[in-house]
Amino acid sequence: MDKRTTLSEVVSELRDGMTIGIGGWGSRRKPMALVREILRSDLEDLTLVSYGGPDVGLLCAAGKVRKVVFGFVSLDSIPLEPHFRKARQTGRVDAVEYDEGMFQWGLRAAAHRVPFLPTRAGLGSDVLKLNPELRTVRSPYADGEELVAMPALELDAALIHMNRADQHGNGQFLGPDPYFDNLYCMAAKRRFMTCEKIIDTADFAKSGSIHTLLINRLMVDGVVETPGGAHFTECPPDYGRDEAFQKEYAQAVKPELWEAFRQRYLELDSEADYQRVVAER
Amino acid sequence: MSGATRAHICAVAIAEAFRGDGEMLVSPIGTLPALGARFAKRSFEPDLLLTDGVSQLLASAPPLGSTDAAELVPEGWLPYREVFEMLWSGRRHVMMGATQIDVFGNQNIACIGDPKKPTVQLLGMRGAPGNTINHPTSYWIPNHGPRVFVPDVDVVTGVGYDRAGELGDHSARFHEIRRVVSNLGVFDFETPERRMRVVSVHPGVSVDDVVGNTGFELVVPDAVPETRVPNADEIALLKTLDPDGLAAREVPE
Repeated sequence: MDKRTTLSEVVSELRDGMTIGIGGWGSRRKPMALVREILRSDLEDLTLVSYGGPDVGLLCAAGKVRKVVFGFVSLDSIPLEPHFRKARQTGRVDAVEYDEGMFQWGLRAAAHRVPFLPTRAGLGSDVLKLNPELRTVRSPYADGEELVAMPALELDAALIHMNRADQHGNGQFLGPDPYFDNLYCMAAKRRFMTCEKIIDTADFAKSGSIHTLLINRLMVDGVVETPGGAHFTECPPDYGRDEAFQKEYAQAVKPELWEAFRQRYLELDSEADYQRVVAER
Repeated sequence: MSGATRAHICAVAIAEAFRGDGEMLVSPIGTLPALGARFAKRSFEPDLLLTDGVSQLLASAPPLGSTDAAELVPEGWLPYREVFEMLWSGRRHVMMGATQIDVFGNQNIACIGDPKKPTVQLLGMRGAPGNTINHPTSYWIPNHGPRVFVPDVDVVTGVGYDRAGELGDHSARFHEIRRVVSNLGVFDFETPERRMRVVSVHPGVSVDDVVGNTGFELVVPDAVPETRVPNADEIALLKTLDPDGLAAREVPE
């Protein structure tokens, strides 16, 4: 099956109020071309589920977000994400905050189609106080231990970015860490993958070992080739983080700089225009 | 004096927090903890497992910032998914920072003010709740003062001893706050009520300095020793591990 599609077709499948999982980690291998396409759309009221980076910051800054489900939001080299901070400190977005490990457990529960998975993580901390809907569960075995029942983080859609993919929706990561991109896909009803390059299935073996084939085609509904699609987050070995651009983005949290940043980089008709403007800096 | 700086003393005090850990994954968050962990591995805890800060376990303990492939020999793969496996199994000792910490070792790195609309949004929970309930945790605090050592933290991210006590011995059986190292001294919780105690003060720091910079009542033993000063060999090793003097930037004289 040929699952190749376009950024605009992917975003046309998303709806206001959806819960959207975004793969990657911090400012690393984020599906930024899809994030930018959402910025160009009328979508609003989104709930984001993310090991957050500039995906969360940009969508918050653009007023697309109602709620963020997160364990952290960071730009890595800039530890605190300024746009997310601003959204939080002005009370513009609701926060559902989990421990990082609980977060992957919630994705796993959704992937397994179970309502929750038990874990010790969260006990004693304010995770339970800040999320009063969280419940604990008692072991039915002799130990009787009480554990947190981490609820499934069910996603309406998952967005991920890989180094390589084929037209059938198989995906390959070539960097050091797969993060949790397969779990996002397995936790979601609709799954969309961008990649640096679409290659022939037979060529996967030339670019990496069998262990790099993290995403298989039953996890994916649509695949889009977006060279530079993770910019300005890192996407090794294809490219590192664009630290200069990230700094410019972070500084644009100042109201007097935001408008110029928005017009220069975000008020563009297409991802191709964005890549051109970035290249011409 | 052996020419040891405050940064050297802090690095070795951090290393001492890992003494006895053996074949454990050590996750030092930040410059001084990274230096201390590498020092420990190179001197008295050779079996520690250390990462490159990304996803490789390193066979060696290279200098901070090293890009020399000969010094960066991987001995294993530890992407985030495996970090969670490791930490939930308990075979890990983390040293985190704390924007706020209280007398029982509750830590806050999430936000200041009302979590619904914080005055200052910080990192978030990160892994602190899971870390503290699953395996030994220590803290490194480079800016000891009453705004960090507070009577009550605004959000409990890392679990302290009062919260662990409420959970009961069974649920909290893996909870341990091993050590708190600051730029002024070393602290632990080896007291009947599990309140923070002064273990040692760094040379040049008085107990009064520590007490005056702490926003809660510390347990102060009758005799408080000075933190040990590294010898010439140890200072040489610290200089090898920190050729750019990054530690001194975090802990000025």
